Amino acid sequence: MSGVPSAEIGGGGGPVPRSLGELFVVFAGLALRGFGGVLPFAQRVLVEERRWLGRDQFVEMLAYAQLLPGPNIVNLSLMVGDRWFGWRGSLAALGGLIGPPMAIVLVVGVLVGQVADDPLVRRVLTGMGAAAGGLILGTALKLVSGRRDPAAWLVFAALAFAGLALLRLPLVAVLAMLAPVAVAIAYVLGPRAGAR
Amino acid sequence: MTDAPLLELFLHFASLSLLAIGGVLGAAPEMQRHMVETRGWITDAQFTDAIVVAQASPGPNILFVTLLGFQAAGLPGAFAATLGILLPSSLATYWGWRMKRRHEASRLVGAIRLGLSPIAIGLTASAGWIVAVGANGTDALAWSVTLLATAAVIATRINLLWVIGAGALLGALGVIG
Repeated sequence: MSGVPSAEIGGGGGPVPRSLGELFVVFAGLALRGFGGVLPFAQRVLVEERRWLGRDQFVEMLAYAQLLPGPNIVNLSLMVGDRWFGWRGSLAALGGLIGPPMAIVLVVGVLVGQVADDPLVRRVLTGMGAAAGGLILGTALKLVSGRRDPAAWLVFAALAFAGLALLRLPLVAVLAMLAPVAVAIAYVLGPRAGAR
Repeated sequence: MTDAPLLELFLHFASLSLLAIGGVLGAAPEMQRHMVETRGWITDAQFTDAIVVAQASPGPNILFVTLLGFQAAGLPGAFAATLGILLPSSLATYWGWRMKRRHEASRLVGAIRLGLSPIAIGLTASAGWIVAVGANGTDALAWSVTLLATAAVIATRINLLWVIGAGALLGALGVIG
């Protein structure tokens, strides 16, 4: 499949990106609309506005993006870009996703850094930290409620939390202890255990 | 700002790229452990600030990594950290996506996905905990703000910016912080 875009799913004559530049601009646009998560905007823009992907294609790509290592939205941009332009498309989509928001976050970071020692700014940042910590905790707990089989599997979530957050063990140690056991159990239970 | 060696910074994030199951935030506790506690490149407050600023800015959440790199070693550090966290996982994804058909129905792949997902939840929760501990310390009022934010995410569809904004306001008013 050298040089040929690999995704053969769908492809029924709908709208397609016309150039690398268009890919870059569209991904930059959806990234800049996303505060606290870009994924919902990826779906809205790619499926509903541009109609480059059907809903089923998007879901299939997303499932794959979640399976592979790395941030889901980054993986998704690589796949979508690859679909029409091979690796150049992947770079264009990833560049749009990361580049412009990176410039903004750096500017904000520099500005905040200049005043971060001011007592008022310090209190504001601390207050935002209190809220942001809750947002991240809430995001994690929401994933629990989305599972069909929370009780048994929660043991692994709890052990990971205890090891990483409370005992402050290295990430690689936590994963080395838990991941083989969890994957082995899932393997023995078979595909049924994963049905949603 | 200390000047962390760029190569070491790059390698630190590159080594976490493939371990960040369920999102880069899951590797945040390890970044805090290494950058703040082991190497002293940045302070605890800088670590929390990076996550807060990234959460309150548009774009993917992973950009807190850019800020951590910036705080540790300026603009070159920002690029070294961002490239480090993206490169290994992106190469793996690109390769995996192209190999897709061979592994699609594999029982092992399904087991990996199913087995790792509760661990990913634990990692993400750890990141939230580390940020909250860094911001709140032993301030009971601040912890109640964290709890409210947690509940808001779970029980409502409120825009997350409002929650962060509420935290900022309470901090500005001197209620917490």
